[in-house]
Amino acid sequence: MNAAETPFEFFTVSYLTRIGNQSAGTLAELLTGLEHCSDASIFHHTFQTLGSHHFLTEGFSNDFAQWVLSDTNRNDLAEQLAVLDIRDYVSIAALRRDLCRAVGDYCNTYPHFAGQSALERFYFCESVEVTVPLGRTARTLDEFRNGVAHLSHSGFYFHFISSRLRLQLRTNDFSHWLADGLGLQTLSESVNHIDIYTNTLDSARAKLLRLIDRERRKA
Amino acid sequence: MSETLALGRIPLDDYAELLGAGEIEELRALASPLRGRSIQMVNSTAVGGGVAEILTRLVPLAEELDLNIKWEVMSGGEDFFEVTKAFHNALHGAPYHASQKDFDVFLSYNQRNREKLALDGEFVVIHDPQPAALIEARKPGTNHWVWRCHIDLSRPNRVVWDFLEQFVSKYDGAMFSSPEFSRQLPIPQYLFYPAIDPLSEKNCELEQDFIAQVLARYDIDPQRTILTQISRFDRLKDPVGVIRAYRIVKRYFDCQLVLAGGSASDDPEGAVVLKEVLREADSDRDIKVLELPAWAPLEVNALQRASTIVLQKSLREGFGLTVSEALWKKKPVVASAVGGIPIQIIHKHTGLLAHSVEGAAYQIRFLLSHPEIAAKLGEHGHEHVKENFLITQKLKRYLTLFLTLARGS
Repeated sequence: MNAAETPFEFFTVSYLTRIGNQSAGTLAELLTGLEHCSDASIFHHTFQTLGSHHFLTEGFSNDFAQWVLSDTNRNDLAEQLAVLDIRDYVSIAALRRDLCRAVGDYCNTYPHFAGQSALERFYFCESVEVTVPLGRTARTLDEFRNGVAHLSHSGFYFHFISSRLRLQLRTNDFSHWLADGLGLQTLSESVNHIDIYTNTLDSARAKLLRLIDRERRKA
Repeated sequence: MSETLALGRIPLDDYAELLGAGEIEELRALASPLRGRSIQMVNSTAVGGGVAEILTRLVPLAEELDLNIKWEVMSGGEDFFEVTKAFHNALHGAPYHASQKDFDVFLSYNQRNREKLALDGEFVVIHDPQPAALIEARKPGTNHWVWRCHIDLSRPNRVVWDFLEQFVSKYDGAMFSSPEFSRQLPIPQYLFYPAIDPLSEKNCELEQDFIAQVLARYDIDPQRTILTQISRFDRLKDPVGVIRAYRIVKRYFDCQLVLAGGSASDDPEGAVVLKEVLREADSDRDIKVLELPAWAPLEVNALQRASTIVLQKSLREGFGLTVSEALWKKKPVVASAVGGIPIQIIHKHTGLLAHSVEGAAYQIRFLLSHPEIAAKLGEHGHEHVKENFLITQKLKRYLTLFLTLARGS
């Protein structure tokens, strides 16, 4: 069996939520918050919320969209925010720019909605990240499969979702290693195409394992 | 007398079946850099109340991870607890005129406890306002001190908060149950949710026979729809509003209502509210008003598991962990959008929120008409609790906090 020179090292991640000093009671205030909050705050309400609500697959993609929908009742803006796909971004700055553009354009087009009070305020928080190695590595596809199967939700999220920002590439840790470590380019691409919005973390993992099993049968 | 509590062992691996081995491996990995390092939890009571209940489970679990953790309970006389009870209510927004004498009593007991307790752990976690002034015992630049506030501070009595703030701002961080409960402070503030224990008597799996026995004991028909609210008899839990919502639902659906709470015998206000509830129930045989002895955890568990829908129609709420208890049991929940409830109920995803009697009745009718949606909400609610509101997640949050504090230094 093909063995990688550089092993895949399994990690996990844990997040502490730090409460920020900003909050928003209107869409105009949301825009101000988006413009001034920290990168860790944008990460928390987009990337990280996808991990903490990993069991939801319908109508929940980030905290901003959820708040605009449930507390300001602006379905059209909520939809615009919800369709921003974190896989399209390799930097928080670019994601922030698009969030601000969506809310800013809406406030300009509908100034009477910009100042309307929301049912509940939006509180900007940020993620404080701690990563630790799990002490397990993989050099072969079998070892890799076994490692993925036994990861916690957080570990899976760390390698499959948040890694996109760390790598600064439009890929994830798993795909990156499958291509670079084992030379399995096709498998790498298939794994990268698993939809993280329409799957739960569990169903995404099940798909990944099925793809690996198919590859193993080929060998 | 201040005391250090010793608790029985709770094997961490018992949770693996519920959560998966990967989650337990993750806890061990996070705890590994903290092995042997000293942690002190300090509060003001060994039994009774949510904090003691959580520490009773959290401390043994931390020991399972080879952390050197101790739980210290500060001592205080009747005068101290009268003052701190008044502070507690005032911080929740109740009217209160604080006197200098009250502050002196508070400071004097904190001073005495500073002399008695050896607060030399690397990480010291002080729970709630009672021991907040113990921070004065900290030697500069030595250990990490954090303050865990379990109170809603969104509308505090200004005088009492100003007094407390002088101590709180000396900590390395403060933890609140909701961003809404936090204050503008010069120190980092973190979100720490309360938690339920899936293996406790109130939440563990039960035999169907036992559930049937409990229903039979209270003359509840398991074949008919059961709506349940578990809460003490308190106007802020709006039990009368629950009965009014039930009456609206009853026009369209055959159903029973269970209102179960602790005995009102030692709570004068609870007894008054109980009378109001019985008057509103007006001898309706389908309304079961149950006074449970000392909250009978297994019976509460059985009633929640037997329910078709669980309600929490509070007018004000701290965090409202009964919601998480019901969600853990995969029950559809209709609850008010107050306090910490919207953190647990993501509207239309993990349950339904309501803002009035009529709104609650509508949401109940909707769920009774769409049992498949009710089941889905229950499933998602269970996952939401598993991810955020279990004791193991709380432990993980503490480990992350300690690692963050250690990294900072």
